[in-house]
Amino acid sequence: MASKRTRIYVPSDTTARSVGADRVAAAIADEAARRGVEIEIVRNGSRGLHWLEPLVEVEVGGRRLAYGPVSAADVAGLFDENFHEGGAHPLALGETDAIPYLAKQNRLTFARVGLIDPLSIDDYRAHGGFRGLENAVKLDGAKIVEIVTESGLRGRGGAAFPTGIKWKTVLDTQADQKYVVCNADEGDSGTFADRMIMECDPYVLIEGMTIAGLAVGATMGYVYIRAEYPQAIRTMREAIARAEAAGCLGANVLGSGRAFHLEVREAAGAYICGEETALLESLEGKRGMVRFRPPLPAIKGLFGKPTVVNNVISLATVPIILDKGAEFYKDFGVGRSRGTLTVQLAGNVKRGGLVEIAFGHTLRELLEEFGGGTATGRPIRTVQVGGPLGAYIHPSKFDTPLDYEAFAAFGAMIGHGGVVVFDDTVDLGQQARFAMEFCAIESCGKCTPCRIGAVRGVEVIDRILAGVNEEANLTLLRELCDTMVAGSLCALGGMAPYPVMSILDHFPEALSARGPKQRAVGEVA
Amino acid sequence: MAKVEPRSATIEATIRALAEANAGRPGALLPILHAIQDELGYVPESAVPIVANVLNLSRAEVHGVVTFYHFFRTRPPGKHTLYLCRAEACQSMGARELERHVKETLKVDFHETTSDGRLTLEPVYCLGNCACSPAVMLDEDVHGRVTPERLDQLLAEVR
Ligand SMILES: Cc1cc2nc3c(=O)[nH]c(=O)nc-3n(C[C@H](O)[C@H](O)[C@H](O)COP(=O)(O)O)c2cc1C
Ligand code: SF4
Ligand code: FES
Repeated sequence: MASKRTRIYVPSDTTARSVGADRVAAAIADEAARRGVEIEIVRNGSRGLHWLEPLVEVEVGGRRLAYGPVSAADVAGLFDENFHEGGAHPLALGETDAIPYLAKQNRLTFARVGLIDPLSIDDYRAHGGFRGLENAVKLDGAKIVEIVTESGLRGRGGAAFPTGIKWKTVLDTQADQKYVVCNADEGDSGTFADRMIMECDPYVLIEGMTIAGLAVGATMGYVYIRAEYPQAIRTMREAIARAEAAGCLGANVLGSGRAFHLEVREAAGAYICGEETALLESLEGKRGMVRFRPPLPAIKGLFGKPTVVNNVISLATVPIILDKGAEFYKDFGVGRSRGTLTVQLAGNVKRGGLVEIAFGHTLRELLEEFGGGTATGRPIRTVQVGGPLGAYIHPSKFDTPLDYEAFAAFGAMIGHGGVVVFDDTVDLGQQARFAMEFCAIESCGKCTPCRIGAVRGVEVIDRILAGVNEEANLTLLRELCDTMVAGSLCALGGMAPYPVMSILDHFPEALSARGPKQRAVGEVA
Repeated sequence: MAKVEPRSATIEATIRALAEANAGRPGALLPILHAIQDELGYVPESAVPIVANVLNLSRAEVHGVVTFYHFFRTRPPGKHTLYLCRAEACQSMGARELERHVKETLKVDFHETTSDGRLTLEPVYCLGNCACSPAVMLDEDVHGRVTPERLDQLLAEVR
């Protein structure tokens, strides 16, 4: 009987596979067969404890016990110690849910991520899936919008605009066709939360988009996924097909008589297409050029029709709000930052991974208690928060709480929640140069300060680092930054100077030919 | 060895078939270009007039779209493609050294193919694998915690 077989979970998301999870799964299957041990391998999503990947779990007595990081070479030894019955082993980590990194989180949006087989609708339902949608089909659009507004949810793609207010604009705009577009372009370095949702719990995104459709009166949705995420594209396409077959999506959503259709569209490797109006141009089959506004996409969006554009995490958070209520969600967080933030700890960090936590915890708590300092064991010199347009933050600011307004107060941003850690060997002069180089490569070309300014920025920084007219060139760099901030149409040109200015302001020694390139600040061991 | 080139008449027939199959979709141009690149490995110059004709667009419009997006390439790639992440999280874990190593070992720069036609090197700005940096993608498989030695191994496997 299947129930007698020990269930062993081996994650199948991109990160786990990137460090050998497929080889581990194959080794476990081979070794079990060789020893005549009856097992069932489930390919779940990742728990987000990426430094422990591949993280293998064994279900014993209804509890899940973790072992990691497991390599294929460890598998025979694990069987020798009867790990399939929870046996002791140097890689044993105890009960997965009790691992402090996980136990201290508030997993709301990520409630099921890593727990279930991503494509199993039965698993999804058994873990609370579709409850939000079941509630939503009984409500009128205005009521759904009211609940989402009341929850305090703000866009998680970067700009933190209140989701309910955007939806209300689309709801209130009359049109024969409206759209829901999911922004899954996730271009920021240091971020992978969107990818994890799509690969590890795709139905939650489908459910969130369907609720958005019901709320604003849209019957068609697109998920615009970056080409760099082939596995997310495959998983979402398959999940959409299965959800349609199960009647959760399509012409008659959960038997409500209301329709919502969904299609995946593959992006083509342009960072600017994460900007929502460039994204809409791209979906229309054009070059990804940023549009002037007004009109807002909520009024004239895709093919000129009212369109909700939201980030993956914003949309994937809607089901739990419709399930548990606005009050439940709003209870987490501080100030105007309500609910949870899906922080992604990345780069040179000892314990990198996904940390979903209520707003209000400090950056230091994240870096020390969760991150455990750097991977190299050296002091943290700086962290870049919010992607390539985010500031490099000095350790003196590490006690800032995770709160949109608190970050904005010193020229930083939370953005999509990516936190990239650097140790004291980082060459911040090169990081400043890269910020400008990236802007030059990815500029859509519509405005001169961005298109030309970024190229000039690289040249000026090169001159400074080579010691050519340092004083004059530093002044020029500041002026150039000011021009880009003031004269750019969108945040690519408008914010690319932020990382540069943060280095000029807080790490001035880095932008100098003579000054020490490395000065250990070392506040975090 | 590089792929055997199908005769150009066949290529053009394929392109037209793919364009016509997708032409009815709203915003059909990107799906068509993807379909062509999936099938042929690149978007040949000869695709521009065919796609323009099927979608009733100008050649300039189609050409503008093909060249705007980094992902579309207009020349045939090598047998395999290595996408090397150049973005910040990977930089913090040695991506710059990895980049130097790859370029020296393969004797190619970005967007170039090795002389034996085996591998094309492309830069990429984040693969969403930033907690296991540095990362590369070999064809469609992402690899994390990549050291120069590990990369040499991976490349040897696809020889
Ligand atoms: C250059 C640039 C890149 C962006 N990239 C993304 C992205 O990859 N994903 C995303 O959700 N939002 C991105 N945004 C923000 C979007 O323009 C938009 O604010 C967001 O999709 C709205 O969804 P939300 O309210 O749910 O966050 C980007 C903005 C800019 C200016
Ligand atoms: S700031 Fe740059 S990316 Fe944004 S619209 Fe202007 S040119 Fe395009
Ligand atoms: S920065 Fe390299 S994978 Fe994200």
